[in-house]
Amino acid sequence: MNLSLKANDWRTAVANYGIFIGFFGLIVALSLITDRFLTVRNLLNIAEQASLISIVGIGMTYVILMGEIDLSVGSLVAFTGVITAGTLTGGIPLPLAILIGLGAGFALGLINGLITVYGEIPSFIVTLGMLSVAKGLTLLYTGGKPVWGFGEAFKFIGGGKLVGIPLPVIISACLYILAIIVLNTTQLGRYIYAIGGNQRAVRLAGVKVERIKTMMFGLSGFFAATSGIVLASRLASAQPTAGGGWELDAIAAVVLGGTSLYGGEGRLAGTLVGALIFSVINNGMILTGIPTFFQYVVKGGIIILALLLDKKLRQS
Amino acid sequence: MKAGGIKLLVVGLLVSVLLIGGMAGAVMAEDYTLGLSISTLNNPFFVTLRDGAKSAAEEVGVNIVVADGQDSVSKQISDIENLVSRGVDALLINPTDGEAVVPAVEEANEEGIPVLAIDRGIAGGDVALYVASNNVTGGKMAAHYTAARLALGGKIVMLEGIPGTSAARERGKGFTDVMDTLPDIEIVTSQPAGFAQNEGYEVMQNVLTAQPEIDAVFAQNDLMALGALQAIEGAGRTDEMFVVGFDAVDPAIEAIGQGRMSATIMQQPGVMGAMGVKQAVQLLNGEISVEEGEMKFVPVPLKLITQDNLDLAK
Repeated sequence: MNLSLKANDWRTAVANYGIFIGFFGLIVALSLITDRFLTVRNLLNIAEQASLISIVGIGMTYVILMGEIDLSVGSLVAFTGVITAGTLTGGIPLPLAILIGLGAGFALGLINGLITVYGEIPSFIVTLGMLSVAKGLTLLYTGGKPVWGFGEAFKFIGGGKLVGIPLPVIISACLYILAIIVLNTTQLGRYIYAIGGNQRAVRLAGVKVERIKTMMFGLSGFFAATSGIVLASRLASAQPTAGGGWELDAIAAVVLGGTSLYGGEGRLAGTLVGALIFSVINNGMILTGIPTFFQYVVKGGIIILALLLDKKLRQS
Repeated sequence: MKAGGIKLLVVGLLVSVLLIGGMAGAVMAEDYTLGLSISTLNNPFFVTLRDGAKSAAEEVGVNIVVADGQDSVSKQISDIENLVSRGVDALLINPTDGEAVVPAVEEANEEGIPVLAIDRGIAGGDVALYVASNNVTGGKMAAHYTAARLALGGKIVMLEGIPGTSAARERGKGFTDVMDTLPDIEIVTSQPAGFAQNEGYEVMQNVLTAQPEIDAVFAQNDLMALGALQAIEGAGRTDEMFVVGFDAVDPAIEAIGQGRMSATIMQQPGVMGAMGVKQAVQLLNGEISVEEGEMKFVPVPLKLITQDNLDLAK
């Protein structure tokens, strides 16, 4: 009796922290295979490579926790990047240009939310439409050509370092701390989980579900914009094709991080580790010399395997 | 005397017939009218292409009618139909969409007007000549430059474009074909980076960690080359290696000017336009024979751009 209870505890622990255990295992394995992996520089590179997707992943986690989805984030990354770059090269001061970029992302995100919530159309369709609209707006605005030629101040956001740590990593870390506090300690955070769990019950309790949902779509656009601006800065060039397919990378990180696609269950730390796992895999495959075309198979295989394992552990 | 007079008359007549005939022939050559349907003139590449075609037409002495498709498939199809009903002698088509223009090409075929595809291929109909840059040659040019700078020995990293695209395949083939013949040069790793700057940056970061010794980087386009350059600069390894790109986009030209990047391969749209016109005239004169249903590829030369000839790319 006592023993089986302990076995159950152990199983629950693995189910809850499986992603973190897997992440740790991956790091140990790669450290043993190649001595090039566990160096400060390489770990910072991995953190930098994960930073942009992980920022997009914050908004995506909020949206998925409420049982919705946002497919427009990749296009919003490109759109907000070129808007910020365009206003900046057009002579608008840096802080204002960044505000315009963030505002544009937030506004398009809000439109996603408004149509989903008040138009009662599935977010899958609405945001798929926005993916195309934002892509079109980006191409119209740029004529298909990258926007470049910024001052050093703007380039510092994505390319600079503070005490040796790339700024995108610091930005991502700060946003995660903030977002985790909001999700875990505030009323709003509890509502987000509750809406994903049982929307009708929450509405009956007098919570303004529509308003919260719309705001979260806006926030998803805001985080995509943050990522888009950091990307344009890091490359010293805003590209109309940037962020292509990032919606899928972000969703993969969220799901790998243990957040249920049906909503109501999951956590932000998981998303961060999910994004890091993908960067570690990309890094590890090049370090260990796995043939390139095989890399795609490995990446996809890992997602499917991880989710299968997760489900089995939770069921038993 | 009388007989001599007749002889003279006959000779005179013959000479004048020949003269008139010859003049008529010359007039006929000048009478050729070529139609050039261009995908868009809202792009400097195609503006240069048109200018090249126009000056070649002037040089050869033929007329040319240019129609701007404004990147719209339907506009371009009606452009082509208009050129066909106008009765041009040959059609040069730079398609917005290689599939969508096929019915219009077939209309031209029915009227017996020869069709040339410029820069982009056409998926059907009877296209006699396909005039475009040769990516394989471009890859080879990059390889020759890289090999010469390495004095035929060293370690190279290649960044590949989107797997499965013709540009990635052909540029990669040209490059490796040359490198395979050089025993002291080794391509230590070849990684896909999606023709994108961000991927070029991230993949190069990882490659720099994996490879202690790199002498040169060849990226199959300039965006990846620029990303790789940022990674190399970030790692402080600029003195160890040089970077070669492909496409001659503006930021790459600037980087070459600053001495950060070494070389890139430039397409020559002006030459492409001129070659299109000259090939069309040769085709009409019967100097090139193309069987029905056959398409000949006419490669347009590319240009290696380094700091020495940077002004060519500006």
